[in-house]
Amino acid sequence: MKRLAYFPGCAMKDQARADEAGTLHALALLGYEIAEIPRWNCCGTVYSLAQDDLMRHVGPVRNLVRVQGMGERRVLTLCAMCYGTLARSARFVQDPERLQRINAFMDTEDDFRGGIEVVHLLTLLRDEVGYEKLAARVKRSLDGLRIATYYGCVLLRPREFAVDDPDRPEVMERVVEALGGTPVAFPERTECCGAYLTVGRKDIVEERVERILRSARGGGADVVVTTCPLCQFNLAERRLPQAPSVPVLYLGQVLGWALGAEEPAIADLLAGRPGASEPVCSGGAR
Amino acid sequence: MNEVTVFIMGKGYRVPAGLTIMKAMEYAGYRLTRGCGCRGGYCGACATVYRLKGDYRLYADLACQTPVQDGMYIAQLPFTPAERPPYVLDELKPEGATLLALFPELARCVACNTCTKACPQKLEVMDAVQASLRGDIRQVAELTFDCVSCGLCTMRCPAEISHHHVWQLARRLNGAYLTPRAEHVQARVAEIAAGKFNGELDRLVRMTRDELVAAYKARQIEA
Amino acid sequence: MASELDLSRDRLDAPFARRVEELSGENPYACYQCGKCSAGCPFADHMDALPNQVLRLVQLGDESALTLSAPWVCASCLACGVRCPKGVDIAKTMEALRLLALRKGISHFPLTPDRPCPQIALVGAFRKLTP
Ligand code: SF4
Ligand code: SF4
Ligand code: SF4
Ligand code: SF4
Ligand code: FES
Repeated sequence: MKRLAYFPGCAMKDQARADEAGTLHALALLGYEIAEIPRWNCCGTVYSLAQDDLMRHVGPVRNLVRVQGMGERRVLTLCAMCYGTLARSARFVQDPERLQRINAFMDTEDDFRGGIEVVHLLTLLRDEVGYEKLAARVKRSLDGLRIATYYGCVLLRPREFAVDDPDRPEVMERVVEALGGTPVAFPERTECCGAYLTVGRKDIVEERVERILRSARGGGADVVVTTCPLCQFNLAERRLPQAPSVPVLYLGQVLGWALGAEEPAIADLLAGRPGASEPVCSGGAR
Repeated sequence: MNEVTVFIMGKGYRVPAGLTIMKAMEYAGYRLTRGCGCRGGYCGACATVYRLKGDYRLYADLACQTPVQDGMYIAQLPFTPAERPPYVLDELKPEGATLLALFPELARCVACNTCTKACPQKLEVMDAVQASLRGDIRQVAELTFDCVSCGLCTMRCPAEISHHHVWQLARRLNGAYLTPRAEHVQARVAEIAAGKFNGELDRLVRMTRDELVAAYKARQIEA
Repeated sequence: MASELDLSRDRLDAPFARRVEELSGENPYACYQCGKCSAGCPFADHMDALPNQVLRLVQLGDESALTLSAPWVCASCLACGVRCPKGVDIAKTMEALRLLALRKGISHFPLTPDRPCPQIALVGAFRKLTP
């Protein structure tokens, strides 16, 4: 078993529980001992883009201090936004002057010494587990389920923190393939859903969501899959009546199901596909 | 007499060493009608901030519990304006979303930990805010059990959160929905409702003053 | 808008432009107004000035940029920044404009959010859109 520090973030403990459950099930089967970091706090979800807003980096850096306290050198995130803030803040405090100021401010913590690597689930699956090993561990195939892999913004932008080529990403598609699904090409997969505008400008988000779902449906998708709980919320909850009714799930749900976890959402989906003669949850690869 | 100098609301006074801030203020001639309650560290009415000479920190504490030190600069905060939206406990669900729906400003926490440093009860205030944000009502209730609602965290928070109102709601939800009912209490409530003690109560009501005093003296006291 | 522009040079290098640069860390004068950012912005339809026009106002030191709705419609998706041939990260300029407006007491965000919203949405909105 390989020990891996894990930062869940608020969403995994509330709205995205199914994502966490599926992913942790899969990671255990893939040989990881997942250690949730103690006393973690909210990552802040959005990275501060201003030069004088040091306070906004305190939250993410405090989490990195906790990882350091566990004696770990890297930390895993499932949520795209947690990945973005933690990874970018880890880079931000590589500047010694900023690090010194943040350490001086956080006088109730051990000084952060830097050198913590933040990894996202997708990078881990690609670079460490590998698609082949992942495919070998599949207990029941997704049976060609047509999956639209929605990246959104944070996984791909800015370029320095992209989990894959921001113009032509493929990591999520390859993961889906390894699990026996059929990735669906759709132009909107890297376009923003409207993110936090959902709080005050629902109208704008609804329009974006309709476009994204039409694009996914146009590619023939049975389901849209994402790693971002904010995208999931927007795509599922900010739909106008005329928007296509394609379901939106977390990558962890698909991953977990394929590796044998209980996941009614996927079972229903496979059973309910047009032309499905019988439930396909009978196990075994095709 | 051993005296120290303190500055109360900016004016210097010589007061006996060893007094609490509250007593020192009264010694200096203040008559406290607000910002003073139990005098025992329980009610949270006496929130006070102070600085010490040559120290950059702004300390926060309860005036009735904190001894004066020489060179202390003291200001009392008799009241903390804090928003508490109305709610009906019976209509709420003990779910994560409940706290956030009533107190969306929880989402403004930047994890600066200033609240924790301000808390005179030495609670892990930031951890409780974070637990509130992720909807862990039980943990919030546990972490804030000893909160005296002094409002010092609230006054210091850059995110402008009304901490103690969140705590109170979390403890209420925890008490009303998440804590198992104590069976012996339920049984006793049922007995009372069924009138089991009515006779004894009537007897008490009919007693003369002397009989009452005698009965009081003869009462059984729990060890 | 174009007909009202005062093109005299003394408006270049204005204090306002410098302030935005300081706060954003992005040089507004690097932009040569090609408009690629606006072409790729998924929210441009909802903006009262396109991203490149916002940058133009900043270049001209025009403080009316602070009353635009565009920075409040920007979702910080960074689609503009990855395609800018001059490497300008416009999302940072947008953030600087929001912050300058907020610090002057100008806000475009309704204080009572549309409920219910999950943590991840509220945290983001509060951080980007409130002081
Ligand atoms: S949590 Fe806040 S209100 Fe409660 S005792 Fe501590 S400082 Fe006072
Ligand atoms: S003082 Fe406010 S912003 Fe800072 S940690 Fe406490 S609740 Fe969060
Ligand atoms: S893409 Fe870059 S150079 Fe072109 S208008 Fe936008 S900011 Fe200016
Ligand atoms: S970051 Fe803002 S301006 Fe740039 S493309 Fe996205 S929404 Fe448009
Ligand atoms: S007077 Fe009640 S806590 Fe100090």
